[in-house]
Amino acid sequence: MQPDPIVFAPLLIGASLLFCWSCYTRLGLVALGGAEDRFSNPGQRLKAMFSLALLQQRVLSRPFGLNHLLIFWSFLVLALANGEFLLAGIFPPARFSLLPAAWYGPLLTVFDLVSLAALVAVCVAACRRAINPPYREARSLEAFGILALIGVLMIAYFGLHGAEIAAGTEPAAAAMPVSSAAGRLLGGHLGASQLGLAGACFWWLHAAALLFFLNYLPFSKHLHILAALPNCYLKELDGIPVPPREEFVEGGRLGAGRIDDFTWKDLFDSFSCTECGRCQQQCPATTTGKPLNPRLVMHSIKENLLVSGPLIKAGGSRSIPLVGEGGQSVAADAIWSCTSCAACLAACPVCIEQLPKLTKLRRHQVQMHADFPRELLLLFENLEQRSNPWGIAPAERTKWSGSLQVPTYEAGRTEYLLYVGCSGSFDPRSKQVTLALAQILNAAGVSWGILGKEEKCCGDSLRRLGNEYLFDQFARDNVAAFQARGVTKVITQCPHCFTTLKNDYRQYGLEIEVIPHAEFIEGLLREGRLQLQEVDAGSVVFHDSCYLGRHNGVYQAPRAVLELATGNAPLEMRRNREQSFCCGAGGGRMWLEEHLGERINLNRVEEALDSHPDTICVTCPYCMTMIEDGVKELASGMIEVRDVAEVVARGLRS
Amino acid sequence: MYVVACIKQVPDTTQVQIDPVTNTLVRDGIPFIVNPYDSHALEESLCMKDRYGFKAVALSMGPPNAEATLRKALSLGADRAILLSDRAFGGADTLSTSNVLAAAIRKLAEQDEVGLVFCGKQTIDGDTAQVGPGIAVRLGISQLTLVDRIEHLDFLARKIRVRRKLEGRYEIVEAKLPAMITVVRELNQPRYPTVPMRLKAVQSDVDVWDNGVLRLDTNSIGLKGSPTWVSRIFSPERSQGEIVGDGLKDPSGTARDLVERLLARDLLTV
Repeated sequence: MQPDPIVFAPLLIGASLLFCWSCYTRLGLVALGGAEDRFSNPGQRLKAMFSLALLQQRVLSRPFGLNHLLIFWSFLVLALANGEFLLAGIFPPARFSLLPAAWYGPLLTVFDLVSLAALVAVCVAACRRAINPPYREARSLEAFGILALIGVLMIAYFGLHGAEIAAGTEPAAAAMPVSSAAGRLLGGHLGASQLGLAGACFWWLHAAALLFFLNYLPFSKHLHILAALPNCYLKELDGIPVPPREEFVEGGRLGAGRIDDFTWKDLFDSFSCTECGRCQQQCPATTTGKPLNPRLVMHSIKENLLVSGPLIKAGGSRSIPLVGEGGQSVAADAIWSCTSCAACLAACPVCIEQLPKLTKLRRHQVQMHADFPRELLLLFENLEQRSNPWGIAPAERTKWSGSLQVPTYEAGRTEYLLYVGCSGSFDPRSKQVTLALAQILNAAGVSWGILGKEEKCCGDSLRRLGNEYLFDQFARDNVAAFQARGVTKVITQCPHCFTTLKNDYRQYGLEIEVIPHAEFIEGLLREGRLQLQEVDAGSVVFHDSCYLGRHNGVYQAPRAVLELATGNAPLEMRRNREQSFCCGAGGGRMWLEEHLGERINLNRVEEALDSHPDTICVTCPYCMTMIEDGVKELASGMIEVRDVAEVVARGLRS
Repeated sequence: MYVVACIKQVPDTTQVQIDPVTNTLVRDGIPFIVNPYDSHALEESLCMKDRYGFKAVALSMGPPNAEATLRKALSLGADRAILLSDRAFGGADTLSTSNVLAAAIRKLAEQDEVGLVFCGKQTIDGDTAQVGPGIAVRLGISQLTLVDRIEHLDFLARKIRVRRKLEGRYEIVEAKLPAMITVVRELNQPRYPTVPMRLKAVQSDVDVWDNGVLRLDTNSIGLKGSPTWVSRIFSPERSQGEIVGDGLKDPSGTARDLVERLLARDLLTV
């Protein structure tokens, strides 16, 4: 049933060369990207690849994940069988039958059963896609075609081995239960000569399906079969990536306006996307009907690379701009819809980093073209002139303290700097949180102080909005101020200040201990430094801040504080911790009107109301604004929105 | 053709306080900004540059540190920045300021025609609104104040038609070119500098013209050329505030009380 090697060898060699060429011309475009080091800590990387790619940790956490795991591992196991199949096609003696019988039989049993498992999994996948696809466009011809192709491979496998078994040419028939069943079916209908013909047909069907699959792969989303594994190896090891610094020199390009402004890893990400849609299911912008869809962002980048890449490679200056209309560009409305919540990164099974791409696109628009939503003009001017988003006179930074005596931070005399932040200093609602926190610190006898009028905005919104030039100035000034004052320990009440001081300023050489207020309060409670009366806040539901949670992994502390203060663990929303849903204000969206789609904060408050809470508890001034606004609209006067510090302060024994 | 924008560096007045003892402005540590109305004047000159290809010149009289303001103008796209700075110009009132600015524009006109001069309607520190008109008078050119829209510009006929925003009404006015125009905020939306332009502006030259260049009679400039002087600055007395009701205990009663008081003083219309 084997074909003549003289016929098959040129086919196999031709198909293999074509595959290599396609891979080279497509994946080779990645080299157009800028430099980025993604090879440090190989041990840690291998571990990540093992759990994320081989064990498919994130795939398994979602519906039908097990099904994908089955197909993936079948693919790996059957790679051996298919390797033998192709090799024997050009060199017939090279077969597993050369192996000792003790190996050969069990190996065939494994192949047989795995093929059956794969066939079943493919059918399940096809049914799922037909009945309940992850998103509407997922019912594509390409997706069904690939599933059908895998199915054909399995059927051809059983047909080929069944024909061999029926013809009596397979010595290890007993080891192949499924193929034997196929053999009985074929043997019952076909004569000896027809069996030979049928076997040859199945052989060619299998070979054709394999070679077609091999050459279709580089041109389809199934390129992820090649790219996903290395992409997991190349992942950012420190969690959510911090946007890289930029160099401001005359003639330099800033952000990403053209495909080769991205790094090679950015480009490689685009080839790793499987279009599974997990990112868009988690994305607050997509969920609320905004033009941003992280899956399509990655798709547009890939399409742009495939068209612009060869043009740039040929030395031309023509290329398709990254931001604009059409399938090879990302729409401006899409890039400004991002809340930088990083839900897409947390959801992606193959570690694609969508958010940094959007930040780079924003950087280019803001810095090279001054092209951004007009509302931001005032924000940028206010920050540049008065170092706070509202443009309030810096002299008013300490007004939150009212009659409370607040000491100024002095190295050696004060242990902790309380970095109040712009919201905590100027926003009337957040000022109450600052006061609550100050009361807690005083009650626990903590040695703390503030920078007062010298404090400046941390620059979080500037960085997330792509105004890196201005952020750079803020970061330099603040880092210099911290260093000059000998600040070593900082308490923050705003997760945006927290992440910026802790992660972003590290790029500027600032290595200090930055503690979010929830964690600090938890420490005080555990050490018994706070005498609390049990607080009755009714039933409390907790809302995770993206920059405390997903960006920095602080999930437990605020929950522990609430449990210690109220005596009960807070209620959880359906989407919580890593899968938590943004309030809508991150990524600088705090300063933009929400003109498109439904409102993110309403979506979140509706979810919170499902648990019939008396109090919604937050840990972020932006969340406070958004959730309070949502409550005013949906449950005005029925529910309180409180920061964890306020809940604790209410229980302080005076 | 030149189109000139006169811009002034002013202290950020929202942050300025008055020293109760000396009755002078406490300027220590107060950041300087571009006079907000002048940003709109500059923007209009840049729009003219974009639309007609004129050369946009930013002009400022002030101390050497006013150079920062002119660099900002360069970063926004001005082709040339000229700082009029000389100790002899110091202590100027609106008359002698307009003498210096007019002399600089006349000097500029020796190189190429100056078609339009844009000024902010007033500054936020002096609030006189006199310098723009002063320049027009001294140059003998048309004077169009409080402009919120340029309706029509015809260089061949040397005519300009603008809309003036007055209290409770608009006025459409036509004038001959060259013209001096003072602008209100509604005229345009100032642009934001790109980073390459900011970086370029740092390297660009800001011309500094002193009285050696302008050669003005020292009796017409600076303190000597200023017939007005400030005798006293003070904050008007503010009557003592009053806490109305108890908002925490009785919010609706307090609100009612507050509304009644506002109605009584005719501060609220129902």
